[in-house]
This record gives sequence, C-alpha cells and structure tokens, in this order.
Amino acid sequence: MPKKKSDSSVKTAPPPSGARLTEDTPAPSRKDMLREMLLIRRFEERCAEAYALGKIGGFCHLYIGQEAVGVGAISALRDDDYVIASYRDHGQALARGVPPRAIMAELFGRADGCSKGKGGSMHLFDRNVNFLGGHGIVGGHIPLATGVAFAIKYRGGDQVCLCFFGEAAVNGGAFHEALNMAALWKLPVVYLIENNRYGMGTALERASAINDIAERACSYDMPNEVVDGQDVFAVRDAVRRAAHRARAEHTPTLVEVRTYRFMGHSMSDAVSGTYRTKEELEEHMKRDPITVLRSDMEQHGEWSDQDMAALDDEIKGIVEDAWNFADASPEPALESLTEDVYANGEF
Amino acid sequence: MPVITYRDALNQALREEMQRDDRVFIMGEEVGVYQGAYKVSKGLLQEFGEMRVVDTPITELGFAGVGVGAAMVGLRPIIEFMTWNFALLALDQVVNSAAKMLYMSGGQYNIPIVFRGPNGAALQLSAQHSQAWESWLAHIPGLKVVAPGTPYDAKGLLKSAVRDENPVIVLEGEMLYNTKGEVPTEEYLIPLGKAALKHEGDHCSIITHGKMILVALQAAEQLAKDGIRVDVLDLLSIRPMDVEAIATTVRKTNRAVVLEEGWEVAGIGAQVVDYIQRECFDDLDAPVIRVHQMDVPMPYAKNLERAAKPDLPKTIAAVKKVMYLEQ
Repeated sequence: MPKKKSDSSVKTAPPPSGARLTEDTPAPSRKDMLREMLLIRRFEERCAEAYALGKIGGFCHLYIGQEAVGVGAISALRDDDYVIASYRDHGQALARGVPPRAIMAELFGRADGCSKGKGGSMHLFDRNVNFLGGHGIVGGHIPLATGVAFAIKYRGGDQVCLCFFGEAAVNGGAFHEALNMAALWKLPVVYLIENNRYGMGTALERASAINDIAERACSYDMPNEVVDGQDVFAVRDAVRRAAHRARAEHTPTLVEVRTYRFMGHSMSDAVSGTYRTKEELEEHMKRDPITVLRSDMEQHGEWSDQDMAALDDEIKGIVEDAWNFADASPEPALESLTEDVYANGEF
Repeated sequence: MPVITYRDALNQALREEMQRDDRVFIMGEEVGVYQGAYKVSKGLLQEFGEMRVVDTPITELGFAGVGVGAAMVGLRPIIEFMTWNFALLALDQVVNSAAKMLYMSGGQYNIPIVFRGPNGAALQLSAQHSQAWESWLAHIPGLKVVAPGTPYDAKGLLKSAVRDENPVIVLEGEMLYNTKGEVPTEEYLIPLGKAALKHEGDHCSIITHGKMILVALQAAEQLAKDGIRVDVLDLLSIRPMDVEAIATTVRKTNRAVVLEEGWEVAGIGAQVVDYIQRECFDDLDAPVIRVHQMDVPMPYAKNLERAAKPDLPKTIAAVKKVMYLEQ
C-alpha cells in the first residue's frame, strides 16, 4: 500500500518537526500558516483516535477549532521568548516547535515524551524552546507568566512572556492578581485570552458579569485588544503589536482572541447537548480557521485542491511518524517513579 | 560568640545570601519601605534596591506565583508571607506549581524558591491568625520543610534553604523573633534533613520542632530537678525528617513524648510516632504520648488560649506519664 511506503520513508528521514514560525520569519506565507494549523488539526484528530483506543489516558483537551490562535500568536514571538499555556496545550506546543514525536510520546505516557511520561496531555514542557508548560489549574499559571516577565525585567532582558488561558480564567483571583502586578510593575508579558465561549459547559454569559472581557484590562489601565481568532494573520498582528509594546515599553497587554471550540471540553465530554446546540456548533464550524485561510488563498489563485492534497499527505506523514514513534517508545522505567521529585537526584 | 535575636539572625542570612548571589531577591508584603512586618528584612531595601526587595500588593496567591515563575527561568526568589495563615491563599502555587513543576516537567524545571514567614500561634490573635501549618506542607512531595527554633538554627537553615535547588518552606515564629541566642560571626550552614540533639538524658526522649524546642528545653531543666533525665531532639527539618536521629534517641531512652504546636489529627507527631513504631517497636517501654494543640480553633480569651496550647506543664506531665510516674 502506498501509505506503508510513505511511513517507512518518513521513518528513515530525520524526525519531522512542525515548522517553527517566529517574529523573525520574514512575513510568513499563507502556506506556512496553513501548514502549521493543519499539523495541529491532523495531530489532534489522531489524538482523538488514540484516546478512543486507550493509547491516551486521563484528560485530553483538544485544540480543534482554535488552531489560528496558537499558530498566529506564537508566530509573532522570538526564539528566546517564553510561552506558557493552560491544560489545552497541544496546539501551542506544536506551534512553538516542540517535536510532534515528543508530544505524542508524552500523550502515550512513554519515556521519550517531552515530560518523560510524567506530565501527560495537560503538562507538556520543553526547555529547548522555552515552552514553560501546560498547567492544569484554571488560571493558576497566569501569575507564573507575571513572574517570568518579572525575571526578564530583573535581568534587563528584552524578551516577552506569552501566556495563553481560556476566558473562564478571567473570573478567578489569580488572573486579577497577576494582571495588577504586571501593570503596576510594567512587565513584558502578553496575556492572551482564548475566548472559546465555554468554560467546560458554562457559557461566557453565564459566568462573567461583562461579555467584552478584554475590558477587564481597564481595571489595570492595561492596553487591550479584541481579535478574530479564526483569522490567523489577525492574531499574529495583534500579538506582534502586544509583543512590541512589551519589549519596547515594558507594558503588558491583554489580548482577547475570539474563537470557538469544535470539540467537547475534553475527550470525555459531549461535543454538544445540554450546554450548546448542534446548530450553534455547526454555525461556528463554518468559520473553521483552516477553511478561512484556504478559501482566501484559493480566491487569490494561490492554492489548489492538489496543493491541499499534497500538503495534507505531508502533514499526515508527520503525524503518522509521531504516532509510530510514540507507540515504539518504551514505558518509563519504574525507577523513574522516584526521579525528579527533588532536584539533583535527592529523594 | 555574639548573642543576637532570631530576627537579626534571619536578617543576616538574607543579607549574606543576597550579597553572595545576585539572582536572590525577596518579595512580599511590607518587606521594603516598611522594613518588614516583623523587621526581618530591615535595611535590605537600602542595600539592594527595589528590584531585589519587592513590596507587593496584598495578594498571596499572586506573588507566590510570581516567585515560582521567576524561579522557572533562573532567579532564586525568597517569598515572605506576613504569616503562614495568609499563605493559605497561596497554597495552589506552593503545592500545584512549586512542588510539582520538576516532576511533571520530567526534570526540566526545578524551582529554587524559599517560602518563609511566621507560623503558629502568638498571643491572643484568635482563630484565623494562630495556626501551625507544618503538617499541611510536609504532606507534599517536592517540598522541603524546616522549622528553626533558635537564632543559630534560623540563620543556618535559611541560608541552606536559599541555596537549595528545591522549594523550601521556612517556618518561623512570631514569638521567636525577639528571642536571643549565640550566632557565630563566621559563615555556617545547617544541612536540611538533619535533626539536632539539644539536651541529653537517658530516661525519656522529647521529640519536637520549631518554637516548641524552647518548651522542651525548659521541661528538660525542670525534670532534671526531679532526677528525670531527658533527651531533647529538635527535628529542625520536618521534610525530609531525620528518622535515624529519632530511632537513635528512642533506642537509647525507650520512651518518647512528641511535642508539636499544631493539632493532633494527621499532625507531625503522628508521623514521628509512625517512624518510632516502625523502627523501634521492640525498644519501647511505654506507649508514645503526643502533646499538641487542643482539637479546637484557637480561642481569644487568655485562659482559653492557654488551655488550648501545648505548654510546659503539659509536656512535663506527658513525660511523667510515659515514665509511669503519674496517672
């Protein structure tokens, strides 16, 4: 079968990575952005499959529908900037350049995972690309981002910390405490709300006293912006502005990116039902970020069905390689159970 | 040897470590301009400036998290909680962020941070300001917990805590800050995880930590007048705990009283007793007795507060009971 053939050829090649777009990428092409988003989409689809097969356990929160947010935002950063995310972190990790193999191995709970099989879906970490983790307590990592930005300023650096969290996190104390200090101390941080409309099954309107949540920034006299999260270039541009403000003026920004979650909150939750209708979901799926970009490219005569098929084959090969790598990776050695509880091998 | 207060010993430790390593900074409520709620950070703002002596809003959850984030990328924060009672608001950062980061990142991000401040009861501060949190904190793998009761131990342990690559909890005592003791002028460190035998005797062991060491030593003196000779073991570190030192003293005396400031249920004493029964079952001549706070929130009224707290008479009575000298 042709599929088999492409598998083995992928295996002999160096491990494929998701492309890595940065601030320094001279005006990333539409194709670059499409490729990044498609990688996340196909990766997440295989995650759903792996979850159903029991290869991935625990909680698994997929990024499908929100790809333009992670790709657009992270493409606006430099290599030496920092990224920190919530538990819905596969997409940001891929966009930041954490190798797909290492992510899939982590999800499979294997020794070659980016967190050695200790973290799982919600706790992807990769020091090589300054990916400071997925974090599992809603809003709990927002103060960490403020702290990273504090350290940048303390050292006199000009990096930026980009912090992703969902709109439900803005109702918690950690968000307000973190933003207040960042504004008070003028720290180089970009807080990015991925407003996917639902905190698990509770709609924004049922959880927040104001619906334009970017306005929360006004309490801290902080610049803020609302962006269409299904338009990858719009997200990139907004985060570029915010990152520049952080670097040049040490001013934090709150960016509200309006997007939509096409899947359930996690793999164990219903896609629709009591909290949102199938009709609503279908309406939002018409603005699939990948379709939005692809249509635009087609209208400009830059893209054809053949191009899409070729790109899709390439991406599927990368994801297949990641799956095979994860499947072949050993379970963590039992001795590792007590490793890394304390630094320097103390236990 | 100079005699200085517990407060000044801590202050010396902070100053020396900040002079030694410019990645070390202190952050918390009133640490700078006000010179410290209990004056532990006195003079540091003037010496090190406001980037390294950082006054925060009253936002324990927030600034504890700021510390952890800064530690992730190479700084070595000392986070001061005005008291550990307020740190309850920050437990998510202490437990879910600081303690677990190294493990859940597969060894990539250690968190070299110190969380410190006064723990336990002072005088008539009532229920919300008079709590000993060590059993909560010591419960968590990934944290180290120390509780110095003397100026000498406070300085040596705090300096070790700052140099450790892991999150370290330093439990001080509001009633200890004015106490005095000998502290050498030359530099020294006290290793984390080692207990110290502070009084020697062969009839009974009193095992304790934190400010209760002062009560235990008073008890030792009084009991000596009745011809009762006690070992007093100061745990110093609650996690990791020096099990060998516990076993050594109990094997010597065959009797033990475990004294702590906190509540009984799931307290530190319960853990000590577990180690004793595991290591010294055949050495015991009597059941181990625990002395602790009464199982009530701390009351305000003087007489009730006195009745609730572990103290000298209760400790002496416990020793006599474990020696079958009193009912």
